[in-house]
Amino acid sequence: MKRRDFLLKGTSGLVIAFSVPLQAFGQAVPQPRIDPRFVNAGAWLEIAPNGAVTFYTGKVELGTGVDTALAQMVAEELDVELGRIAMVMGDTERCPDQIGTFGSITVALAGPQVRQAAAEARLALLELAAAKLGAQGLKTENGAVIAPDGRRIAYGELVDGKRLQRPLSNNAKLKDPADFKVIGKSAPRMSLPSKVYGTHNYIHNLRLPGMLHGRVIRPPVHGASPVIVDDSALKKLPGNPRVVRKGNFLAVVADREERAIHAAQALKVDWGAAPVWPPQQDLAQLLKAGPTADRALDTAGEVEKALAQATKTHSAQYFVPYQLHGSIGPSCALADVKADRATLWSPTQTSFNTRDSVAAILNMPPSQVRLIWLEGSGCYGQNGADDVTADAALLSQLIGQPVRVQWMRHDENRSEPKGVPMAMEVKGGLDAAGNIVAWDYQVWSVNHGGRPGFAQGGNLLAGDEQGMSKRFAQVGADINAKPSYALPNKRAVLREVHSTPLRTSSLRGLGSPANTFANESFIDELAYLASVDPLEYRIRHLKDERAIAVLREVAKLSSWQAKTAPAKSGVGKGVAFVHYHNSAAYVAVALQVRVDAEGRTRVQKVWVAHDCGLIVNPDGVKQQIEGNVIQTLSRALIEEVRYNRRGIDSLDWASYPIMRFSEVPDDIVISLINRPNMRAVGVGECTASPMMAAVANAIYDATGTRLRDVPFTPERLKARRAA
Amino acid sequence: MTTITVNGKPHTVQASPDTPLLYVLRNEVLLNGPKYGCGLAQCGACMVLVGGQAMPSCVLPISAVSGPVVTVEGLGTPDKPHPLQKAFIEEQAAQCGYCTSGMLISAAALLQGKKQVSDAEIRAGLERNLCRCGSHMRVIAAVKKAAGGLA
Repeated sequence: MKRRDFLLKGTSGLVIAFSVPLQAFGQAVPQPRIDPRFVNAGAWLEIAPNGAVTFYTGKVELGTGVDTALAQMVAEELDVELGRIAMVMGDTERCPDQIGTFGSITVALAGPQVRQAAAEARLALLELAAAKLGAQGLKTENGAVIAPDGRRIAYGELVDGKRLQRPLSNNAKLKDPADFKVIGKSAPRMSLPSKVYGTHNYIHNLRLPGMLHGRVIRPPVHGASPVIVDDSALKKLPGNPRVVRKGNFLAVVADREERAIHAAQALKVDWGAAPVWPPQQDLAQLLKAGPTADRALDTAGEVEKALAQATKTHSAQYFVPYQLHGSIGPSCALADVKADRATLWSPTQTSFNTRDSVAAILNMPPSQVRLIWLEGSGCYGQNGADDVTADAALLSQLIGQPVRVQWMRHDENRSEPKGVPMAMEVKGGLDAAGNIVAWDYQVWSVNHGGRPGFAQGGNLLAGDEQGMSKRFAQVGADINAKPSYALPNKRAVLREVHSTPLRTSSLRGLGSPANTFANESFIDELAYLASVDPLEYRIRHLKDERAIAVLREVAKLSSWQAKTAPAKSGVGKGVAFVHYHNSAAYVAVALQVRVDAEGRTRVQKVWVAHDCGLIVNPDGVKQQIEGNVIQTLSRALIEEVRYNRRGIDSLDWASYPIMRFSEVPDDIVISLINRPNMRAVGVGECTASPMMAAVANAIYDATGTRLRDVPFTPERLKARRAA
Repeated sequence: MTTITVNGKPHTVQASPDTPLLYVLRNEVLLNGPKYGCGLAQCGACMVLVGGQAMPSCVLPISAVSGPVVTVEGLGTPDKPHPLQKAFIEEQAAQCGYCTSGMLISAAALLQGKKQVSDAEIRAGLERNLCRCGSHMRVIAAVKKAAGGLA
């Protein structure tokens, strides 16, 4: 069915089309394919004769609140009530390709385009009204055009009976921030009530007529083939559960969910040869020992000479291990694959790329495959969402029926691509006055880009199990490797590792949390070496006013008291800062910890100063900050994927604990700096970046012990103390 | 065939008696409030009230259901919200919301018969509920608000 026909069939209304910018943080991003059915394809805005506004976007809601933020932008520019706006998200048939929802770029990049589209629609409505009313000096308010003499026409009435399509003219002027009525307000989240009443339409709730339940069976170590598959026990189970297999893809299907689960448990599989993993404790060394593709990220002056001439030098090594996304809801997808048409229901972040990769697995042209997005459990990067979509698709194709695949907890923990382990080394030099004159940074990391892309089936597990090829975008390890400080001699080098034992992809912040952990721990270490207060030391080396502002703000918030030596009293305060991507949001974090005799760290209080330019929804920003704080405190203090030579051990919440209610801080205090005349930048990830260093710095103040390996467990602290 | 009472209504279900209540609620009674999170009673996403007690439905076979079951849908509706639901909305105490149903059930059990509740009691009462998005502070604030407590 052609999209335009679908859109205009039997309806009149005003449709706006526009194009999407293709830059993210100064880097070209893959061009979204522009479907010829679209005119200047982009986000579509539609006004129905009854005044309802429908907004079509390739972006999706992941629990971050962007559905509301985007709707606020539409409401603002269109002068229509927020409640009148419905969002259609991530449907490859109805929505445009906007690359995907990741990288904290939705509000930043899609936002201005959304505003432009809405402003364009408002302009069109004014022109229509001027013609109809024969009047001038019209204005818009609450979904209607108003003439100076008080006559009023509702938008719906204006568009009725007409079919209009209007490309973006760029003549529509965006509202001045001084006139904002909706942007900048803490509009309540659109989908929150349904979540609270238990009626929200999660992917997990979908049931299709005639569907079977599937469970996929995978080996302990990725790559092993199922050599012997013994399904004799299945034959004794009610409901005829059966095995389905293609290549190394192995699954069971049954008519009832509990039967599929039993069948998966009852299936006996002898897995063939698989790589033997190196011991977990060797990982940091392994990253540094292997061949790397080296890339210079940043250079200034002559760092080696400056180090040689420095009055004092210092060096340190840091490490962040594999960590899990840890979605509370394991990934789920449904598919109905017929000979010439496939429909996928998926919680993916990347509707179009996932559709293309799954189409490759199905050996179908992408035009015959429709992916309908439905909200999943929070993903925080690439979890199992794309793989389970491929699982459901392949399974449906093999059995010729609709199927629902729900990953079990152990499936999610085992098969989700992990957060990338990173090793960092920093060398620094100080002059006689204690100023930093040299900063030499190296980071060892594998690529953080594991997402489906380039229409490669092998990027997804089910495709890989068919022996299909892979291709990944090279992204992530370099983020915030370059420190923000003004340093006369510096060098930052990324040593990209080819592969690691466990499968990886992007986890919140990508390389930024680890790079910031290293940089912000190291500057703390240098500050103490120079006998200067760590917060003041950072300001001394910064030229960026916005960076200085967040540090001063967090100093004020936290009643920061200057110190030149750790208190070692069991209670400590630490600070850390990031300028996310060196171009986006500025975040300074201070926190107070208490460390007991057993080495257990409790974060008591967290203070955050946050500058993301224009704030669209202040409470929404606060939610993202709180979320980043708690999630990353958990990563800093508790989390590490455990594995042995022959598989992952962290298969449930007992073996991979995350922070619980008893452990979260007493209080998180946030100061938002709003700069409405600056562009809005993303807030989904930036506050994660400084958390690990802030904790390490606070622990140092509390104990005099410097921890450089995440997570900062009691065992590690005691071992360092003893050393 | 087993009969269970859910949100005040009796349901006779087809599932075998050893089937965990969670799958019966979702797939037969068609209540999607309680969620699958782990199947191991470790995360709280599946919590329901059984005879007034918060229980993990993912490990409770329907043969062992000994009292009336209440899911989050039975706690309240937009027309008649439970005080906790009202407070969760006011505090905006959810992000992805996947854990929310379980949180509300645990909190409902916690607040039964209490006029006020301390932060420490709330944290202890919700210890079985995991949240990965980090909505904890708002959940605590919402539960406190619903209790009308000042402790």
